[in-house]
Amino acid sequence: MAKRYESWGRFPDAQPSTVVDLAWTQDLELPSLSSPILAYGKGRSYGDVCLNSDGTLVAMEQCARILDFDRENGVVTAEAGISIQDLLRVIVPHGWFVPVTPGTKYVTLGGAVANDVHGKNHHRVGTFGCHVRALTLHRTDGTVYVCTPSQHADVFAATIGGMGLTGIITTVTVALLPIASRMIDEESIKARSLREVIELTMASDHDWDYTVSWIDVLASGSSLGKGLVLRGNFSTVSDGTLQATWNEPLLRIPFQGPAWLLSKPTIALFNTVWYGKQFGRMHRRHIDLEPFFYPLDAVERWNILYGSRGMLQYQCVVPLDGGEDAMRRILSTMQAGGISSFLAVLKMFGAARSPGIMSFPRPGLTLTLDMPIGGKRMFDALDRCDEIVHEMGGRIYPAKDARVNGAMFRAMYADELAQFRPLIDPGMSSTFWRRVSEE
Amino acid sequence: MASQTPTRIVIIGATSAIAQEVAKLYAVQGARLFCVARDESKVMAVAADLRARGAEEVAVYVADLLMRDVHANIVEQSRTFLGTIDCVIIAHGVLPDQHTLDHDVDATIASFMVNAVSVISFAHRYADVLEEQGSGTLVGISSVAGDRGRASNYAYGAAKAAVTTFFSGLNVRLRQKGVYVLTVKPGPVDTPMTRGITLPLMVPPRVVASDIVRAVARRTMVLYTPGVWRFIMALVRAIPEFIFVKLTKF
Repeated sequence: MAKRYESWGRFPDAQPSTVVDLAWTQDLELPSLSSPILAYGKGRSYGDVCLNSDGTLVAMEQCARILDFDRENGVVTAEAGISIQDLLRVIVPHGWFVPVTPGTKYVTLGGAVANDVHGKNHHRVGTFGCHVRALTLHRTDGTVYVCTPSQHADVFAATIGGMGLTGIITTVTVALLPIASRMIDEESIKARSLREVIELTMASDHDWDYTVSWIDVLASGSSLGKGLVLRGNFSTVSDGTLQATWNEPLLRIPFQGPAWLLSKPTIALFNTVWYGKQFGRMHRRHIDLEPFFYPLDAVERWNILYGSRGMLQYQCVVPLDGGEDAMRRILSTMQAGGISSFLAVLKMFGAARSPGIMSFPRPGLTLTLDMPIGGKRMFDALDRCDEIVHEMGGRIYPAKDARVNGAMFRAMYADELAQFRPLIDPGMSSTFWRRVSEE
Repeated sequence: MASQTPTRIVIIGATSAIAQEVAKLYAVQGARLFCVARDESKVMAVAADLRARGAEEVAVYVADLLMRDVHANIVEQSRTFLGTIDCVIIAHGVLPDQHTLDHDVDATIASFMVNAVSVISFAHRYADVLEEQGSGTLVGISSVAGDRGRASNYAYGAAKAAVTTFFSGLNVRLRQKGVYVLTVKPGPVDTPMTRGITLPLMVPPRVVASDIVRAVARRTMVLYTPGVWRFIMALVRAIPEFIFVKLTKF
């Protein structure tokens, strides 16, 4: 059976006509491949930004060599197909961590750049792209750019968050974060309402490098938006944990879940248990970076629990001014649309501006929810959420999207698209891009 | 007794997918590696990767391994760089398209020169070095394809059979001299060499690599990887030829 190329949400199904398994960046001959072309890493983008139906996918996973690691200054250059997991195994023992990490370590460096990923420390250090020193980019006309913030700066800015549309990223140079320990000092605080979540987040951002909140989407009325505010800092004690071994995933989901498995009643039950398991107002833990940053990585292929229809993730950002009200309206709209979601994630983005033209984060509140694919009612509700977001001057995150209306996307990113379009490589495209870019 | 984790290692065919994974596992443990391959920019990338992952030092020798006149120099240079050699891994090879070879004698012989003759040339030379040292492990990457000739890959299989038999003989010769010989017989591995071919029980190179590292530590003589191939090939070898010819699937 031929390998299938999927997004993490497994929706839509968009198989390429050709796959090039690239073993060496030296062998990349883009002009000889048939357009449209797109690089594919680990398929951890939720939506169709990583898919290229009936086009050519260049699978990058084997290009995973570390070309230079400056252990004194914490700068690493690696081929774009290396995963954050593989990189961490090399850099953590020497007292370095990736400057920004998404919620899974199974993403490639190329993917981290192309989607300009962010993490729980966005309020402190911005996106992944803020820490990229240099990129090698192969264009379909055969040219190769080495771009930095000052050299081919326009191509650099278009490539960070550029969804892979400016060419194929083959190497990435990134500045790392020094750490003394693998351990995180974490506090988890129970918040009884959305207001409390936001207030606690604002109060925490000053002293905590990593903050994020889990919200129970099914709670309504005065407890709408109740949740747990999590905050953490790397321990500054040199406790010898840097040499510790890494955990393999605890379990691997062997087959697709049935439709009822992640449906409204089971999700409601899960959320109640999750919120209720913490009795006290505050809970302190001293935990390893893996459960802190990557709790879901312990379960391999958890996405297939959503069954054959797959799932969607919705992530938007709205400005802080009026943001609380917007969040309320979005959550109510989803509830009215029958959307049930596992603990949604709320995070405050900071002011640090990414060099990436199409980079998603803007200062304000960002909300993220997973949901099983539903019917028209669900899609309509999400369209209404888009309207609320747009009306507030916010936007949705392309790396998570599989359904936004093209006109809505173009309106949300109108200024950015005007800058971005001339820098796209005409030989590159994706299912996402064909869906949203034109009338 | 010498340490069972080799720290001074020669890799012939260092850009092969299996060799890269084996080298990474030793690099993490701080090994000193002498890497030989044909393509300079690729082997330089491999060497950089091994250094970043913790190799104490990595030297690179760029050579077309078909050119037997450089083999002696490669052996000499590697001895100079490593001093005592703990482990030699001979991993280079090509998988030609048998349908093309069926009607091309020259191409068949050319593939045999790479997969058998140049491998035996290195194995012979390093066997002599290790014998003189009275220590070390010699690893040859052969294949399950060498266990029985099949219509779909008999040129490749015949070369691997030569390698397997040569290593078997070396094993008998050197066992009493403190030298360990390991013949590795991988089943189908998902590498650039097998691109476009989908085979049953195909495994990624890192699985084969960790089996090899374990086999070197345990001083295994013949490694089938994954292990199930030991049983499959025992069955395949036991089938009488007059029945085997009727099993067109093979």
